[in-house]
This record gives sequence, structure tokens and C-alpha cells, in this order.
Amino acid sequence: MVIAVASGKGGTGKTSVAVNLAISIGNFQLMDCDVEEPNAHLLLYPRISHKEPVYTLIPSLNEELCDHCGKCASFCQYNAIFASSEKVLIFPELCHGCGGCILICPKKAITEGKHRIGTLKRGFAGDSELVYGELEVGEPMAVPLIREVKRHIDKSRNVILDAPPGTSCPVIETVKGSDFCILVTEPTPFGLHDLKITVQVLKDMEIPLGVVVNRTGIGDKKVYEYCKEAKIPILLEIPYHRRIAELYSKGVPFSQEMPEWKEKFIMLFKEARRLAGK
Amino acid sequence: MKQITVLSGKGGTGKTTITASFAVLAKKAVVADCDVDAPDLHVLLHPEILETQEFKGSKLAVIDEGKCIKCGLCREKCRFKAITQDLTVDPFSCEGCSVCTIVCPVNAITLTERISGHAYISKIKYGFMAHAMLSPGEANSGKLVTLVKQNAKILTEKEKIDLIIIDGPPGIGCPVIASVTGIDAGLVVTEPTMSGIHDLKKALQLLRHFNVKPFVCVNMYDVNTDNTEKILNYCKENGIKVVGRIPFNSKVTEAMVAGKTIIEYSPKSDVAKEIVAMWSQLLAELGLR
Repeated sequence: MVIAVASGKGGTGKTSVAVNLAISIGNFQLMDCDVEEPNAHLLLYPRISHKEPVYTLIPSLNEELCDHCGKCASFCQYNAIFASSEKVLIFPELCHGCGGCILICPKKAITEGKHRIGTLKRGFAGDSELVYGELEVGEPMAVPLIREVKRHIDKSRNVILDAPPGTSCPVIETVKGSDFCILVTEPTPFGLHDLKITVQVLKDMEIPLGVVVNRTGIGDKKVYEYCKEAKIPILLEIPYHRRIAELYSKGVPFSQEMPEWKEKFIMLFKEARRLAGK
Repeated sequence: MKQITVLSGKGGTGKTTITASFAVLAKKAVVADCDVDAPDLHVLLHPEILETQEFKGSKLAVIDEGKCIKCGLCREKCRFKAITQDLTVDPFSCEGCSVCTIVCPVNAITLTERISGHAYISKIKYGFMAHAMLSPGEANSGKLVTLVKQNAKILTEKEKIDLIIIDGPPGIGCPVIASVTGIDAGLVVTEPTMSGIHDLKKALQLLRHFNVKPFVCVNMYDVNTDNTEKILNYCKENGIKVVGRIPFNSKVTEAMVAGKTIIEYSPKSDVAKEIVAMWSQLLAELGLR
């Protein structure tokens, strides 16, 4: 069973929900797909046993064979190649690695090269595994690194994917192929606005979903009204609690210190499994 | 003309609350919401849309079933696994690279432009606003951010305004890079949590990478004063100015529910006072006062 935890708005408590869910069910695999700002390791303290660089494929030009016809540059949809009558420039950060320039070059002057975009890390905390990616500062493209993190999914286990905020390509890449998605929101106008956008994305992708309302007690009731109207199940409510906020600030998953929450997260998992038909 | 971006690394630290307050305090500015996939600034600033533009950010492969001979070459050559087993295009995976169009032996595939969102030019009570909405699930948010920034710039020229205040998206990837290139200062809003500190460092690294002058604001600093101390020390050691320390106050959420900035909703609150002080310090740093 693969469950994604996503949100639209940032800072609603995705990582907190993902980690507390994971440690409550035990023996899990947690994939932190927020490669721009991975945070799950700051709550789980895994022993990192494995680190590897992650590369994207970029064109590498053999200047001797190149006759400056410019076909590669006009083919590239991402403006990653600039060609003039004297010079060809390649911009690795813009390249999506489609390989089209290699296919189009009539002189076979382009081969595949490598460009480092980040690091993949794996480690264990008890019987459970954490896999995450760290995008290099200045590298714009998160998607290839997310793809690499997800390549390590072990489907024989319970897998939890911690998604980045937003609703664009990195989120799509993360939730793609999940059996269920938990959307974490807060009962505020910002929370509601971004929840609606994310629900739209998941409906288009036909991924079943449910909502966790975090920091209840603040804000208003509109998130509840929306969920009722849109027939979206609310799976769990977590109150705004100074103690929970303080534990999080220290890097402690609150269900560890407040064990009554473990049972609630196990129920959340069972309900997600039932709704996913697993 | 000066540009300042409010960013954070970590989401939910208070970027939008602070940006909207700055807009009110600036009285006449262009505000740009560059969090194009989850924009929230309009909830507080109530823009009146003057102009809407279609954003064609990416392309999508379309297979002409009448011509297709089911050879499967497109599926084989696609690096994004965007061609399904029954040879249809998965729009969520297609990155519009056009490799399939050149490998297809019968020219059955073409690229079409897709409308990936809309950009807006609006009027607000305190000046003007450039914003956008990426269609849910679309790619190329960086390009849309660049369009929003261009619109903001055009507005400053037309309306003779000397300041753009930019609300940035969370993270450090393509839309964030697009939000910080070419600006005069970056204000990183953080919170005193382990993740807040971790993400603050990344955001500061990003500003350094693009040669942007950094400033820091610790929001909800009283949630964990030990961590706040760590942030202040870190900034001191690295020569970075901390321009604000904002306490936790439930009035911020109340203001949001009322659709107002904290400056309008509760001008005498500790939060509002701190934001006012921070703004005058930033104006002085930008040489605008």
C-alpha cells in the first residue's frame, strides 16, 4: 500500500502527519519527496547507510564533428542549447534529458553526458527505512530527483510518500501511482483555497483521497463545509496545541510523547486502506 | 526601481501574511504573487482584475489515431514514460519534448500548445498587483513566475512606482529561482523549529548563489526561544541582518478569516508593530527612505 501525504499550502503539517503515521504503524518505508526542503530526517533521526549522487542526462558535444547546423538548438523545447554559426552552448540546468538532440544531430556530434542535480540518501530508524533526496542549491529541477527517490519504493511494505507543497509538477511526480492520498490542511482561508486546488489535481489523476485537518480550533468552519459538500471524508483532526507545536519545534514526533495519538494514526491508516480498497 | 522578494524555504512560515502587510504599509507599490501554484495573496488584498492573459507554458504530444500504425517506437523512445501501453499520451507525464514527433515513422504525432494557466494584472487598494494561477497539475511554474515579474515591471513603468514586493513560493527549485533572479533584496521568513532552521539555511544559500542581499525574520519566535537564539547566532556569525522577531498571536489567523492584513485588522497588536518596524528598516536598507 502506497500512501501519499500532500497539501497544496506549505506548512500545514504534511511531514508531521507522514512521520507520526509511519511510526504509529511501524515497519514502514518513508520516502521524503520534498527534495527542495526535505525535513522528515529531522524528526526520524535515521542512521544514513547509503549516499549516492544523482545525475540527469545532458548532451555532450564533440566539437570536431559539429558543423553548426543548429538543428539541436531549434529542436530543443527547453532552450537548453544555443547555437550560432561559431559556437554551441549547452545549459545543463534547463535540460530535461529527453535525448532529442542526440536523435536529431545529422553529424552524430552529440552523446549523452551527466549533470549532477542532487544526492540520494537512505537510512534506517529502527526497523523502518527513510529514503530522501537533496536537491543542490541553484538546480531548478526537482522532478528527476523525485523520480530517483521513488525508484527505491519497496511495494511489499507500507510506503508513505511525503510530498512537497504546491500543485505543480513535483507534486504530480510524487503522488503519481499512489493507492491513496492524505491531504493535510488547516481550517483557514489559505488552507481551504489551496486544498481545493489540490483536490482538483487528485480527482483528475483519479487518486482516492481523504483530509486531515490540522490545528483545529483556529480559523473558521469553511473547510468542514467544503469537505461535506464535496463528499470528502475527514480522516483525522489534530487540535492546535502549544505542546504539539513545541514538540515539533524540537524535532520530536508528538505521538512519541503523547502515545494516545498512536491509536488515532493507526485508525487513520486503516481507514485509508479501506477507502483505497486494499 | 527596487525589488524585494519574501521567501522561506519551508512553507507556512508567514510569507503571505508579511507580504500583504508590506503592501499596505508601502501605500503605493506593485505586489507580485509568485506562488503561482498555490497563490493566497488575493485572499488578503482583494485584487480587482484589469487584464487577463492566457499562459501557454508547455506543449503536449497528440497522436492521430487514424495515422498511427501502432509500431510503438514513440513509447520506446519517450524518456518520461508518457506513452501508455495502448499508445495514448499520459498528459501528467508528457513534458512536451517532441522526441515522439521525430521518431514516428508515419508523422502521426504533433505537439500542441496547452494553456497551462492565466496571468492577471489587477488593481488593489494600495497600488497594483501582478498575479497568476497555474492550472492544477501543470508544469513550468518558473516560466509563469517570470511572466508575473515582467507584468509587475511593466506596471511600475506605467504607473511610475518605484517598488515591487514579491511573495515567493516555498522551496528552492525552479519557481523560487525565477522569483529571486535580478532582485535587490530577499527577506527569508523562518520559524524556530528544526525544519525552519534547516530550510532557512538552504534559502540563504540560494540567495548567496544568486548574489542577492539577504535579510531574516523569525516568525512565531516565542514558540521555541532556544531555537530562536540559534537562528540569531547563526545569522550573526554569517553577517546576516535579522530585521524582525514576530511573536505568535492568534489575531493573525483572525485577520486572515476576516480577509484583512494584520495591519488593517489589529494595528495596535504586537505583530503589527513588529512588521511596521521591520518595513521601515527594509526601506532604509533599500535606500528608499
